[in-house]
Parts: sequence; C-alpha cells; structure tokens
Amino acid sequence: MIKAKGIYKSFADKKVLSGIDLDIKPGTIFGLLGPSGAGKTTLIKIITGQLGFDSGEVVVFGKSADELNGTDKKKIGIMMDNHGIYDRLSCTDNLKIFADIYGVDHKKIDETLRKVGLAESAKKPAMKLSKGMRARLQLARVLMIEPKILFLDEPTSGLDPMTMKYIHKLITEQRDKSCTIFLTTHNMEEATVLCDEVALLNEGKIIDRGAPHEICRKYNHQKKINIHLKSGEDIELEDGAKSADKIFSLMEQGRIETIHSSEPTLETVFIELTGRKLEEEEKYA
Amino acid sequence: MRNVGVIIKKQLKDTIKNKTVLIQFIMFPVMTLVMENAIHIKDMPENFFTKLFAVMYMGMAPLTAVASIISEEKEKNTLRVLMMANVKPWEYLAGVGIYVWTLCMAGAGIMATGLPSEQIPFFLGIMAAGFAISIAIGACIGVFSSNQMVATSLFMPVMLVFSFAPMLAMFNDKIEKVAGIFYTQQLRILMNQMSFDGIKTETVLVTAINALLGLVLFFIAFKKKGLE
Repeated sequence: MIKAKGIYKSFADKKVLSGIDLDIKPGTIFGLLGPSGAGKTTLIKIITGQLGFDSGEVVVFGKSADELNGTDKKKIGIMMDNHGIYDRLSCTDNLKIFADIYGVDHKKIDETLRKVGLAESAKKPAMKLSKGMRARLQLARVLMIEPKILFLDEPTSGLDPMTMKYIHKLITEQRDKSCTIFLTTHNMEEATVLCDEVALLNEGKIIDRGAPHEICRKYNHQKKINIHLKSGEDIELEDGAKSADKIFSLMEQGRIETIHSSEPTLETVFIELTGRKLEEEEKYA
Repeated sequence: MRNVGVIIKKQLKDTIKNKTVLIQFIMFPVMTLVMENAIHIKDMPENFFTKLFAVMYMGMAPLTAVASIISEEKEKNTLRVLMMANVKPWEYLAGVGIYVWTLCMAGAGIMATGLPSEQIPFFLGIMAAGFAISIAIGACIGVFSSNQMVATSLFMPVMLVFSFAPMLAMFNDKIEKVAGIFYTQQLRILMNQMSFDGIKTETVLVTAINALLGLVLFFIAFKKKGLE
C-alpha cells in the first residue's frame, strides 16, 4: 500500500532523513516511533506529497507519489498534530467544508460526529471545545471521507487517558475496515497497544523495525522471570532449567500472585538503542 | 471550480462570526449613509462624503480583509489542511478574492444609493477596478506573512498610505503631487469627473502600473512563500 525506498532529505546542511525504506501492508497499523525532531513529520509530508525529497522513491496505491491524482488523494486522510480547525465555525460547519471538498454526503456529518462522541457539541463553535474534543473533531474530519490510507501525526499528543483510549478505539475500528494506518508517536505504550508493525526512527534513520512484541523479545537480554508472591515478596529468577524446580514448588504451595517474563518495553529498547548513540556523540563533542 | 465555491461559502459563514473582518465591509458604507444624510454644509461639493469614503473604502477594506484572512489561515494551519485536502492554491486565492470583491461591491452598491442614477455604473466601475488592485496587494501581504501579527504590521502602513493620501491631497498641493502615483488618488480624480470624457492618460497609466505592480509583487511573494 505504501512503499518507500532510499529516501533522503536535507534542509540546508542538516540531514533530516537518511535512506528510509518502508513497506507497509494494507489493512495494518504502522507506527513510526521517535523523539521530537527525529524526522517523523517530515516523512509523512514526503509520503503525502506535501514536501519534496532529495533522492529515493515513494509509491502509494502502486503509483509514484508525484503521480497521485485528485481521486487518489481523496482516498488519503491526513491528521497532523497542528490542529487546523476553523475556531469560529461549529463542529458541523467545520466538517461541511471538507464534506463539500471531498464530495461526501452531508448525512455523513452527523453520523461521524456521533461516532467520535461530538454529537451533542455539533452546534458549538470549535473555539469552545476542549483539547480532547478538538482532537476528535480533527479525527472526524478524516474519518468522514472513509480513507483507504490514514496518516495520523501524534494523534493523542497531550490528551487525557480517557480521550486517548477513545481515539485508540476509533483507530482500530478503521484498521478493521481494511484502512491502512500510518501513525507517528513518541508514546511507546500507544505504539505497543495499537501497531501491527513499528519502525524506530532516530536522527533520520530507521534503527530497527518489526512487530512491537518481536522487537521487545529481540532486545530481551536479561531473560529473567519475575514472580510476585501473595506475601508481597518479589522474586527474580533466571530463565532456565534451574529455576523450574523453584517455580513448580511455589506453584504447588499456591504462593504465586503473578508471574511474568521480563521483556523490555519499546521505550526501554529505544533508550537502549539511542542511548548508545548519544554516548558516542558525547565522546566526539 | 467546485472548491472555489466551497471557499466562498466557508468565508461567508466565517465572516459573519468574525467581527474584525465584518466591520471592514460595513463601516464605510454605513458612515457614508449617515454623513450624507446628516451633514449639509453650504458650498460643499455634491456627494462629497460618498466620494471621500469610497476612495478610503477602496484602499482599506479589501486590502486588510484579504491579508487578514490569508494570514489567519496560515497561522492556524487551516490553509495547510485545505491544501492537504487537494484544494489548489489558485482555487483558494480565487475563492477569497471573489468573496472579498463581491462583499466590497455590495458595500459600494450601498454607498452609491445617494448618487444620481446615471453616475452609478461609472462609480461602480471605478470601485470594481480599485477593489481588484487592493485585493492583489492584500493577497501579496497575506502570502508573504507567516502570521496575523506580521500581516498587520505590513498592511497597516500600506493601507494608511493608499486610503488617506487621496484625502490629504485635497488639502495640500505637495501631498497631492506625491499621492498622484497611487491608484487610489487617480481613481478619486476619475470619481470627481464621473465621466470618461477628458480622462487623462496619466490616470490610466498610473492605475495600470499600480495594478501591474500589485500582480508582480503577488507572484513574487507566492513564488517565494507559496501558501505554506
């Protein structure tokens, strides 16, 4: 659905993207993870044709990105982290503008507002909406057009956990409707919950990619088993035959409250990978 | 072309709720009606306030409105969202331009109600040309500015020069000579004649050069900054 090969992009002398390769399968949620300034938004802008690039190739819907016509572009929904909402207009009027541009039936507006939980605020001017409501209005704008590809740039940045959960639900619903979702975030937990595949972007380079759990397993150097006993005591055991007797014994005695392996989170993997690089940079500094 | 209509419709809804832009369109027509009906001074030229305010309206309203609209959309990222929705820059600019020109013409129509009926088409023709030039200059400022604050600091002096120079020219010969290089002053002269008879080459030439300069500056600003 989306392919990129050897994308390079520089702004003046600063290299922003260096040799980015992507192959995103249809009907999946792909997460591009990285800290601020890693080049996530730049990559979205390049794939969606908002920004040119120095070299490489981008293919969307089987066509080169610069060959996408109006009909193709109408199948792409883009939600950037900067709001872009008409503050003085109501939620309905905000959606009407884009319904008219995309040729969407106005009946779909109320339906979409209901879906994102803004039906009761339909007549409210956007300036009176909370941050979470504005994010949902933004999402409504892209969901209304029933996109085949959805680009979401930090969709839950700065939102409360409830709104975040609500938006996650809407995103997975879209995936279930065979929509391909390209998501950027620096929230690793969000990526683990939502994404089928992630790529870790740091200083313009993809440093690793794969399913979130695969990446976590790959960097599980410790291979430990953590046990929390009903007595409140925590035990850490080596993952191996030696620990088996101890675990069986605890199980027979019914003393185990929880037991789990100690795979790192995406966040710790990212820190491990980029932390090394930062140390190297400091050496040169 | 459908997107041009969408932009016009959007602007119409937005302006009703945007008092700062709305006041630009209605202030001078209302002032004209009030002054023409309330003040009658002996030996005052006929339709003095209509012609005075018409020139100020021409140099002020479209210029500030277009610059404010474009710079606000840039600042709030709504313009970027429109571009991402595949609205072409020319569709957006045409939508805003047509919308502002139409509203200004409606205002000019109100101002023209006090004029003798045979002068109305001529008056509206002058206003139409003046609005078009001001829109090009306003668009140039809007495109060049990254936000509303920059736009205001740019359009304020430009707008004051274009709208006040013709008025000040009535009281000072030196200012009149300087003001002669502005389209607003030339169109004021034309408005006083209210006829194509005896129209000076200078008037046509200065107005055409002003229009051309406005367009050239707009294309330079657009090429340099685009609508990002």
